[in-house]
Formats: sequence, C-alpha cells, structure tokens
Amino acid sequence: MKTKIHRLLTLLVIFTSAVVWQSCKPKAPASVAMGDAASKAFVPPGKYDEFYNVVSGGFNGQMSIYGLPSGRLFRIIPVFSQFPESGWGYSEETKPMLNTSHGFVPWDDLHHIALSTTNGEHDGRWAFGNANNTPRVARVDMKTFKTVEILELPNSGGNHSSPFITENTEYVVAGTRFSVPVGDKTDVPISSFKENFKGYISFISVDPTDGKMKIAFQLKTPGVSFDLARAGKGKSHGWFFFSTYNTEQAYTLLEVNASQKDKDFIMAVNWKKAEEYIKAGKGTKSKAKYAHNVWDEHTHTGVSTIMDEVLQLDPAELKDIIYFIPCPKSPHGCDTDPTGEYIVGSGKLAALIPVFSFTKIQQAIANKEFEGEFAGIPVIKYEAALHGEVKKPGLGPLHTEFDAKGNAYTSFFVSSEIVKWNVQSLEVLDRVPTYYSIGHLSVPGGPTKKPHGKYVVAYNKITKDRYLPTGPELTQSAQLYDISGDKMQLILDFPTTGEPHYAESIPAELVMPNSVKIFKLEENKHPYAALGEGQAKVERKGNQVHVYMTAIRSHLTPDNIEGVKLGDDVYFHVTNLEQDWDVPHGFAIKGASTAEVLVMPGETQTLKWKPLTTGVFPFYCTDFCSALHQEMQGYVRVSPAGSNVPLKFSTGKIDDQSSGAGQ
Amino acid sequence: MKTIKSLFGVSLVAVMFACAPEKPVDKEEKDLNKSAVEAITDPTKGIGAVKNVTLNTPLEQDRVKRGLAIYEMKCLSCHKLDETRIVGPGWKDVTKNRKPEWIMNMITNVDVMLEQDPEAQKLLELCLMRMPNQNMSIGDARDVLEFMRQNDGEK
Repeated sequence: MKTKIHRLLTLLVIFTSAVVWQSCKPKAPASVAMGDAASKAFVPPGKYDEFYNVVSGGFNGQMSIYGLPSGRLFRIIPVFSQFPESGWGYSEETKPMLNTSHGFVPWDDLHHIALSTTNGEHDGRWAFGNANNTPRVARVDMKTFKTVEILELPNSGGNHSSPFITENTEYVVAGTRFSVPVGDKTDVPISSFKENFKGYISFISVDPTDGKMKIAFQLKTPGVSFDLARAGKGKSHGWFFFSTYNTEQAYTLLEVNASQKDKDFIMAVNWKKAEEYIKAGKGTKSKAKYAHNVWDEHTHTGVSTIMDEVLQLDPAELKDIIYFIPCPKSPHGCDTDPTGEYIVGSGKLAALIPVFSFTKIQQAIANKEFEGEFAGIPVIKYEAALHGEVKKPGLGPLHTEFDAKGNAYTSFFVSSEIVKWNVQSLEVLDRVPTYYSIGHLSVPGGPTKKPHGKYVVAYNKITKDRYLPTGPELTQSAQLYDISGDKMQLILDFPTTGEPHYAESIPAELVMPNSVKIFKLEENKHPYAALGEGQAKVERKGNQVHVYMTAIRSHLTPDNIEGVKLGDDVYFHVTNLEQDWDVPHGFAIKGASTAEVLVMPGETQTLKWKPLTTGVFPFYCTDFCSALHQEMQGYVRVSPAGSNVPLKFSTGKIDDQSSGAGQ
Repeated sequence: MKTIKSLFGVSLVAVMFACAPEKPVDKEEKDLNKSAVEAITDPTKGIGAVKNVTLNTPLEQDRVKRGLAIYEMKCLSCHKLDETRIVGPGWKDVTKNRKPEWIMNMITNVDVMLEQDPEAQKLLELCLMRMPNQNMSIGDARDVLEFMRQNDGEK
C-alpha cells in the first residue's frame, strides 16, 4: 500500500497541510475515550475475543493474529521472513520454504491478506498473503496457523496487486506493480519502457480440497502498474477488477510523471472467458523460472521445486478478456460491494469517488460504448460504466469496505478520516477522524458477500502523539470503531507489530474449533524422527553427524555427546515427544550461527551447527516447559579433526571419570 | 542475579501450577461434581471414564505388543520398567499396587487426576513434574496396562 506517492502525501501532510493536520487532532484526551467506549472493547480475563483479526505485517514479512474487539496480539506467523524465535527459515526443514529463482531470500514485504471463501463467504480454511518485493504468494493453514505453501511469480516486478481471491477461492490473483521486460529480451534500455515493458497478471488456481496453488495462466497486459484488485461476486462472479496507475508509462520520477493524466483505468477481466480460451488451447507456453515451495505436515518439512514454464494469454489478440474503464486519478483501492453490482474506484489524487455499475459495464460492452483503445484494449466510456460519484467525500480516498446494510466505509489518507456513505444513494452519512493518515481499513467480512459488520479497524500510517514515544520510530497504530449504530464511534487504540497494510477479520467460531493442538507422533514421517527415546541416537555419515534427539519434560536424549570433530556439520534432529497442547520444546546450542528451533508437540525440527573450535558446548531447551526446565540441558564435546575420540552418546549414564575417552 | 533468576523461575512455576487447572473452568466444575460421586463409589479406581476393567488370563498378546510400542514412543522417556524413579516412578509392581481402572484413568485423564485424586497428588509431590497428557485413547491405555501386567510377571 505504501507507495512513493504515499510518501509524498506524507510529506504534504507534514509540511503543507497544517490546517488539515490540526483539525484532525483530538481536542483533548477526554474527548477520545467517550462514554461506554472502554466496555465495548473490553474482553474480560478468561473470555475469548469475538473475531480473529488476520493482519499483514508489511515490512516484517509476516502475518499477525489479533483478537477483536480487544486488540490483543496472539501470534506472529512467520511467512516470507526468517523468524529466529521459531527457527523459521533457519531450520533445515523450513529453509526450502524461502527458496526462490534468486536463491534463498530471507525477507519480504507482506501487504495484503485474503481469507478463503466459499460461495463468497468466509470458510475459515486459509489465509493468503503477498510478497511485494520478490513476487510470491503464500498460503497459511488456519488449522495450524502455519505457512504451508509459497509460490513465486515469474514475469512480475513486485507483487502488490495480490492476493485477492474469487468467490469460491477458485483463483488467487497476482498483478505486478512494476511492469518489466520479460522473456528473451530483458537486457534493454530502461528508456525503452513503452516498447519492451509488460505487465503480467497471474491467475493462481487453488485446489478446493488441499489448497495447493498453481499458476493456471498469466495475462499479458500493457506496461502499466497494477495496484489493487477485487473479484466480482454474485452477479459479477466470473469477473475481476484491477486498479491501474502509471498509464502514462513513465519510468522515472513517477510521483510527477505518473500523475499527469486525469484518469487512469480500472481493468475489468472476464476470467471465465480466459478459462474458455485456455480450454480451447489458445494459451501459449512460455519459459519461466520460479519456485514452488510446499510444506508437508507429516514429514514436517518444506520441499522446493523449481518450475520452468507458464501458460499465457494475450488479451490484445484474444478479444473479450479485458476492458479498461477510465477512473480518476491514480486509483488505489478497487472494491466490489457485497452484491457484486458496484465497483468503487478510489483515486488517491481525486476529490470524488466514482462508483461503477457491473450491469452498465456489461451493457456498455454489448453496445460497444468505447472511447477508443489503449495498447489494443478497448476503453469503455466513463459515463457508460458509471453508477455515480460520491461528491466531496474527503481528500485522498484509498480503500473501501462494506457492511451488510448497504453502506461503504472509505479511508482518506490526506484528510485522515473514515467516511461512511450509502452505496446506492452515494450520500455521505458520517465521518470520523483517524489518528493519523489512515491507509487500509477493515470491516470483518468486509470484502465478502456477507459482511459481519460491527467494527471497522483503521490501520494508520502515522502515530505521533498517540503512544509513549520510543525514539524516532513509533509503534504502528490501529484504531477500532464501533459501526453498529448510525454514528461510528472510536472505542480503542491498539499498537500493531510490523507495518500493517490490509487485514481481514473472521468470526472466532469459524476458526477456533479447527485449531490443531498437537501433531500426532504416530503420523510423524520425518526421516530423522526419533519416535520414542529408544530411537534416540547419533550417527556419523562422513563429516556429517546426525543427532536423533528427543525432548520431553524435562530432558533431552541424548544429553551427552562425544566424538564430534572440527570440520563436522552437526544436525540436531529434535523430536518433541509431548502429545499435550501448548508444550513446545526449544533447542539451542552455544555458538550456533542460525537460531533456536522451536519444536511443537509431535514434530521434528533440525538445527544445523558447525563448531568452529574444540571444547565442550552446552545446549538446552529454550521454552520454559516445567519446574525442571532449567535442568533440560546437555553437552557436546568437540575434538580436533583426526582425533580418536569415539562417537558416543547417552542420557542418565554416569561414567567413571577415568574412563572418559581421550583422557 | 542468579537468585533473581531462580526466584523468577520459582514464581513462574507457581503461576504455572496455579493457572493450569483453571483454564477449562466449566468442564472442571462438571468433573468435580461427577468425581464427588465417584469418590464415594470407589476412590481407589481414580477419576475418569474408566469404571470397570476386565482382566483376562492368559495375557492378550496383541495388546502386550501394542502396549510395548506405545510405551517406547510415549512413556519410556520418564518411566523405567524396574523400580527406579527417573522423571516418573518405575513401573515394576504398578499393577499390584494400583487398580487397573486407576492406571487407565491416570493415563487418559491425567489433568483431572492430578487435581483431584489424592494418590495422583502424592506422586506429583514426589516427582514435582506433572505427568504429561500423551493424547492416549482408552484403548491405548488398556494396551499399556496389558504390557504393565506382563512387566509385572503375569503370563
């Protein structure tokens, strides 16, 4: 969400919009916590929240899980970035999940969340997230709250317009923010943008049973920037709508050069038509290198496969797939209402909000009400597609969410407010200030056919003076508003981790009953698992030493290991023998250049360690597990290369001192 | 610093013990009522779903085999087969000292047993380690019991 233009706008806010700024400030702290606000957000100790709030982590590359209405943070789910706390991206099993065609990429920028839907309603199965930098889409399993799949996107220059989904999660889309030169012709002058740069939109199919992703096809589109998108639903199911900017096709100083035209486009995609073309064999196979990483819940291991081909369609040749609709000005959010009839384009530099009608778009296409073509694609006349405009709604509209009563809620970055308006009548009904510079906003179920309503959360970009200061960088700020009445009411400020962009919320009852408590030992197929302490052992394979280790309250087996030599790679394969909920064990060893591994009950995870000096190295359990947690520890002895200390291991064995090998 | 650390450790333990049983309040209240009745009926059978176990002689060898496999995967870390206590007590003579129902309830309903059964509580005081819930079915527990009987010399 945060683009260069946002940064410009930020500067504008800070330096030139003092009037707006001042008017947004709370008059006094007392004016914020009004009436029953606290009781509305209060979840008493021992009680559960009503909603899971799945929040993008932005530049931390992760997702986080909060409760609503309390705003309490429950969990950070590592997705695209290494996470030393759990060993994600450090353990041998998780490293393949961060593999790409560029090799191992330890970080990304996760902007948007899409929760899976069936028939346009939340089904509580998966959460998708996008990697904005090295283009990828991830799937998180809502049973385990674990990243189980990451698919890289070829021919993309930054996966911002993603991971929005169709009504039955048939497809996740991925539209490139940067158009880039592709194929055989990539080493070209940047100034040859118009000739050589292309935008690609990927349609990723999702297997309805196991969720596995696959690039079904890519649409080759003109070289513009794709920003955000929403699928049609109900009557518009079968269509997808993307906002575009930089239709000027600028390649430098975009904040000026991509803001020249009064209107950019909403791109309407008839994906059912694209499917027909694919079925009719109209797709062309194109060479492309990209990684597909899948987590196996039984081996507790990720497997990365490098793919080499995608199927592409060229809408400039295959007519009837895409149409452009003019939209003022540099549209950001592109949101479809719960009925699927209305498409709201939020021009971030516009002073009005256009609302397009799906029915009118269909009529315009049938009657060929085009004003011309852009790069071979028909452009529908603005008025022919327009339902109407929300006049003077505020400054800098960005995103729109919906409730179940026909109302829309739009965030305004420049004027720092949420504006509620009626989708049919386009009448502004209410407005509340946000503190400050709101980006995304989120109504539980807001993008679905059946919004749950009740709240809207504002994800603000600027926090100053809301929390105790912590140096130059402040916490990110979310704000919760009660929208159950006619007037929106601010009921809670809560800090968030990372830099949240979009978020979704889902009723707890759709997720909570399916939450996995343990992994069954009987189903553990990890090749190095020790399924019982009797299987714990140490094996040497050349210069690799494999420790099959078990952990249970509160000892590690083996806990005395000798015979490791300098030059060895030591693999600690730790199996947690617990079968009770919420009893992970951790493992760490002195000097390891990786991280700890946190091992869930019944799981096996592997920490690789390369000792660099001789000596005796302590290791221990890092997750407080019992009264004797502090005793859960052991030693590895490392001897010089070529030493004759034999490989041996034990737990609970007291040796006569003189019998120590190598004495 | 060390003292502070260990104090912290101790207080954490205290918190853990104090908090753990309080989580499933409603369920536990129910169990409490149920257990009061059971306590009158036969306190030596423990608390849980297992009310009456029929033991057969000779031993059911299929059960013994499955019980051994479960023991190796889920119990061996803490229980030896002789009388020595490591984390938990050794298993020798357990089937002579405890009712079969008590053993199976301890395996399948350990959290309630540790909160309410006086014998289980004595063991907790001795070992200072809550026996983990190893997610075992009543069938699994019956298999383990058969293996324990064999370990105690029954044929």
